[in-house]
Amino acid sequence: MKEKKEKKQKVIGYIEHGGIKALPHNLALDFKRNKVIYFLCIPIIVWYIIFHYVPMAGIVMAFEKFKPALGIFRSKWIGFGNFVEFFKGPYFLRLLRNTAALGILDIIFGFPAPIIFALLLNEVKNIKFKKVTQTISYMPYFISMVVVAGIIIDFTKSGGVISNIVASLRGTTPENLLGNVNYFRPIFILSGIWQGVGYGSIIYIAALSSVDQELYEAAVMDGANRWKQTIHITIPSILPTIIMLLIMRMGSILAVASDKVLLLYSPGIYEKADVISTYVYRIGLEQANYGLASAVGLFNSIVGTVFLLTTNAISKKLTETSLF
Amino acid sequence: MMVVKKTVGSRIFNLFNTLFMLFMIVICVVPILHVFWASISDPALVQKSSGIILYPLGKVSTGAYKIILNYKGIWTGYRNTLFYVVAQCLITGVLTVVAGYIMSRKRFRYRNVIMAFMAFTMLFNGGMIPTFMVVRSLKMLDTYWALLIPGAMSVFNVIIMRTAIQGIPDSLEESARMDGAGEFTVMFKIILPLCKATFAVIILFTAVGKWNAWFDALLYLPQDKSKYPLQMYMREILVTASTDMMNNAGDLIESAQLYKTLVKYGSIVVSTVPILCIYPFVQKYFVTGVMIGSVKG
Repeated sequence: MKEKKEKKQKVIGYIEHGGIKALPHNLALDFKRNKVIYFLCIPIIVWYIIFHYVPMAGIVMAFEKFKPALGIFRSKWIGFGNFVEFFKGPYFLRLLRNTAALGILDIIFGFPAPIIFALLLNEVKNIKFKKVTQTISYMPYFISMVVVAGIIIDFTKSGGVISNIVASLRGTTPENLLGNVNYFRPIFILSGIWQGVGYGSIIYIAALSSVDQELYEAAVMDGANRWKQTIHITIPSILPTIIMLLIMRMGSILAVASDKVLLLYSPGIYEKADVISTYVYRIGLEQANYGLASAVGLFNSIVGTVFLLTTNAISKKLTETSLF
Repeated sequence: MMVVKKTVGSRIFNLFNTLFMLFMIVICVVPILHVFWASISDPALVQKSSGIILYPLGKVSTGAYKIILNYKGIWTGYRNTLFYVVAQCLITGVLTVVAGYIMSRKRFRYRNVIMAFMAFTMLFNGGMIPTFMVVRSLKMLDTYWALLIPGAMSVFNVIIMRTAIQGIPDSLEESARMDGAGEFTVMFKIILPLCKATFAVIILFTAVGKWNAWFDALLYLPQDKSKYPLQMYMREILVTASTDMMNNAGDLIESAQLYKTLVKYGSIVVSTVPILCIYPFVQKYFVTGVMIGSVKG
């Protein structure tokens, strides 16, 4: 017992006189004390190096005429050649336009949808009905993307349920909507809302439940009706949550759900449907043009990071809410 | 008790709001019901029908399911997916607990350095192609490992786990130490049971994510279809319109070609029913998960 106590004191001692100067000494002591932890660190660090830091270094491929047989070190260095090829190539503007269009449409329509749903659900007074609606609204989120794509394809094919509805609304004959360039974006955005609205509302519903009820009571005293309560109390109280999520969303504006695009698009509608990440997939993995693909991928992630930092800075200035 | 005066406007709003919520329920449920009823309907009638199917059309048929259950891909996919889900939960679970535990030990001096080393990967990453090249040069392509190891850990989960462990008083570890408990005993017998809610959330997210994943298989299993998860077979059936499934269908039932569409519906049912049965019971953990994530995010 006494011995144990001594050991503990020693620990406190070493933390106290720890410092940069005593680093080797402390490292030895720390190692002695936390041997198992040091050993457990090894696989974790190695894993991060292999699957995160090596790929980061692999970005040099973007500046090479990369040949797998030669490897990273012996492939020919071409500087910004891949980037120039991409910017001057026929697809650059199309890809940028399509990626930005899907990202922006998603923010205009997909972002507010869960907020509106949460606000309306908040007004439902019957607790049981509220719970049931909420639970059912999550359901589409749990259905796999492949199955969702399968359902979309089936419903929008010529003679499918949605295709028929669209045809009768427009007075035309049913067609395969996914084969028509003009329908890709609406289908993509609306199905995204269908799948994500319930799940996306969770966070707002939680924020709403923590609004101080006394505020509402005071507002009622002052004669505010439900609409005014919503405008002056509810929305301002969840505004920080909204802004935070908006910043995060802006940061991923170019990270369009590429796996969904891959499932839904076809060469006939590349004009509107092909986005940067699907292009990376095609030229990288199908055509094995690794250098160009890495360059395009790098371009995409740099633009994304710039977006995130810009939105964050703007929001910091205007609303004093920011991620970092 | 506050008395709320119900104005006419308020009542009208309530009515429309309730109707809107009912509409939401219908929108969420109807596509699934349509798929289900269509899958057991008379195939000829399904072909002719132009609207949503809310009851089985004509005589109930099981032909589609006969074809599906006879297709080896579905079984292989199911077996692989179950394996991937279980293995991934084990690997991710152990690694996340270990990493979270290490990162929360105050006596371990360099925990913040390592945390920063991990967190940096949230800001920058190599992207699809460089990661693919790494997996390839490790000779992992077309192995089970390719779907389990590259995504084994997420910084996000580690941070969540660390936060949960930090909430446990140090005195518990100290007293266990006094009784001679080693690092692993402390980790799995003392710490883990105390943050099992967070652990459950991480495992559930991992499991559902793995169940639904397909893109990693597309990347990392270029040749070996026998290792495909269920979702990749579903992709072949639903999206790339592969006809593998219909090849032997003629031997099973008459006029098998009629069942082409029904087979798609049936496959959706077969692959989605498990998760739809489970989700109402686990959704509260997902709600907790979103909350934990937002606090940290």
